[in-house]
Amino acid sequence: MMTFFGIPTQALFGQLLLGLINGAFYAMLSLGLALIFGLLNIVNFSHGALYMMGAMVAWLLLNVLGLGYWPALIVAPIVVAIFGMIIERTMLSRLYKLDHLYGLLLTFGLALIIEGAFRQLYGISGMPYSVPKELAGGWNLGFMFLPIYRGWVVGASLVLCLGSWLLIEKTKLGAYLRAATENATLVQAFGINVPMMVTLTYGFGVALAAIAGVLAAPIYSVNPLMGSNLIIVVFAVVVIGGMGSILGAVITGFMLGLVEGLTKVFYPEAASTVIFVVMAIVLMIKPAGLFGKRS
Amino acid sequence: MTTVTSTSSRAVSPQLLLVLVLIVLAMIAPFGIYPIFLMKGLCFGLFAAAFNLLLGYVGLLSFGHAMFFGFSAYVTAHAAKEWGLTPELAILAGIATAAVLGAVTGWLAIRRSGIYFAMVTLAFSQMMYFVAVQAPFTHGEDGIQGVPRGHLFGLINLNDTMTMYYFVLAMFVASLLVIHRIVTSPFGQVLKAIRDNEPRAISLGYQVDRYKLLAFILSASLAGLAGSLKALVFQLASLTDVHWHASGEVVLMTLLGGVGTVFGPTVGAFLVVAIQNYLSEVGSWVTIIQGSIFVVCVLLFRSGMIGVMTPWLKRRGITG
Repeated sequence: MMTFFGIPTQALFGQLLLGLINGAFYAMLSLGLALIFGLLNIVNFSHGALYMMGAMVAWLLLNVLGLGYWPALIVAPIVVAIFGMIIERTMLSRLYKLDHLYGLLLTFGLALIIEGAFRQLYGISGMPYSVPKELAGGWNLGFMFLPIYRGWVVGASLVLCLGSWLLIEKTKLGAYLRAATENATLVQAFGINVPMMVTLTYGFGVALAAIAGVLAAPIYSVNPLMGSNLIIVVFAVVVIGGMGSILGAVITGFMLGLVEGLTKVFYPEAASTVIFVVMAIVLMIKPAGLFGKRS
Repeated sequence: MTTVTSTSSRAVSPQLLLVLVLIVLAMIAPFGIYPIFLMKGLCFGLFAAAFNLLLGYVGLLSFGHAMFFGFSAYVTAHAAKEWGLTPELAILAGIATAAVLGAVTGWLAIRRSGIYFAMVTLAFSQMMYFVAVQAPFTHGEDGIQGVPRGHLFGLINLNDTMTMYYFVLAMFVASLLVIHRIVTSPFGQVLKAIRDNEPRAISLGYQVDRYKLLAFILSASLAGLAGSLKALVFQLASLTDVHWHASGEVVLMTLLGGVGTVFGPTVGAFLVVAIQNYLSEVGSWVTIIQGSIFVVCVLLFRSGMIGVMTPWLKRRGITG
């Protein structure tokens, strides 16, 4: 068996893949957070709960309506996005003129409500969601065994992140969005419906979280608590990357997933804390974050 | 009516009177109300007051105060149980731990402000949670159970519930006095200046970061005292106290009671503890109700219960 610094390559690549998958979720969630923060100036604490909601909706679609993985991948994000946009219209929109902290507190409360409601209905034990049969099985790449589904998650998330980046950086809609992030009043003066754009942006960011949730369903068991621990790690990712840049959020997400995977190989005890340690180091060296602008 | 009291210049101020009445009420309360409930309320009231020192007077929202509360509880429990220290020394060990932890995390966290500060403190708190899960001395899921309350200064037996209650009450009142002293001191004035206009405080020549760090350490230490007391009252230190839920709860208590008020956090703490007590059988409803209170407070009562009541009290000359 091949080894690398005394570690079997099979284990090394296995953990790296796991890290890459975690990184894919960090990237999708921090991308959504950065988008929402850019335009709404709100740190969406309920992002983790909405990610969980995506997975739960997929599970419900399968077990109640008999709709499988592929329809769920479309339907669940739409359901969650509509839910998010209703929240934005009815609650968040009242806070834009206040201190940013109120947005954090409100979305924290929403996260508690969503999580509590699903816990009340479905308990806290994980519910299995099987891998769709088209993506079952795996490939033997010689140096490691790659389950197809895991490859699909990494690929799908890369495409989604890249797509979002292109949408924001290269299209007219994206240009409006970036302009509104800089100066919403001026953009509104040019006749663009900024409140509508804000709502759609929130819906889009939330939909990304929900897609991540559906993608995660077959890997982790679906349970009401799956989002809350993830969101705190994603906050650390966002502090490390800085919320200023879309690409920065994506790169930081994947990078930290890999760092976490590597730590699992070489020093497993620190795997759950390594991202926070990286955050502490970044705060010491570059407080604004790796891709952040000095404010 | 009020002219009668205000004409004599040596009259006791209404505020002082209110405080004295409250203390007397607190002293007779355990004869009518379950003392353990009252002690829980006092511990969380102190925890919320410590948190409020930071949010209400420096404008820094820490979303990770559970790490000071919970870790101090662990150290106190460990010191009392494994090292056999007397309660006052065990508490001091807990406070010292919280202060050191506050110094390190505060030093890093104050490099960012506003929303990032909240995220950084939350992240560090989560890191300490994982440390607590893995470190052997915390006994993981079981926590440190059967912590002896011991004899205060080797003399006063705290195993008696009433004695323990008066000890907790004394520590609570003393801590609130300390917080009041901090807030009204010249140091506290600078903190408020930083809260209201940081660039101006900097331009006036204040070393803003030093003030913030000192306030953070003070707040962490007081939160640590609250955690230590809680460990002795319940004879237990567990993961619940370091979980981010505890950090969220202390934010909720302060928000519900009134940010930046002296008594608000305590009022909020008692309300939240009461909700937990009465709804503990109905599963996740506590979480749902807590979330709803957050939403309602942020949307409708941003000044909290005390904030809403202050104009009413002012009209009656009770608070100045």
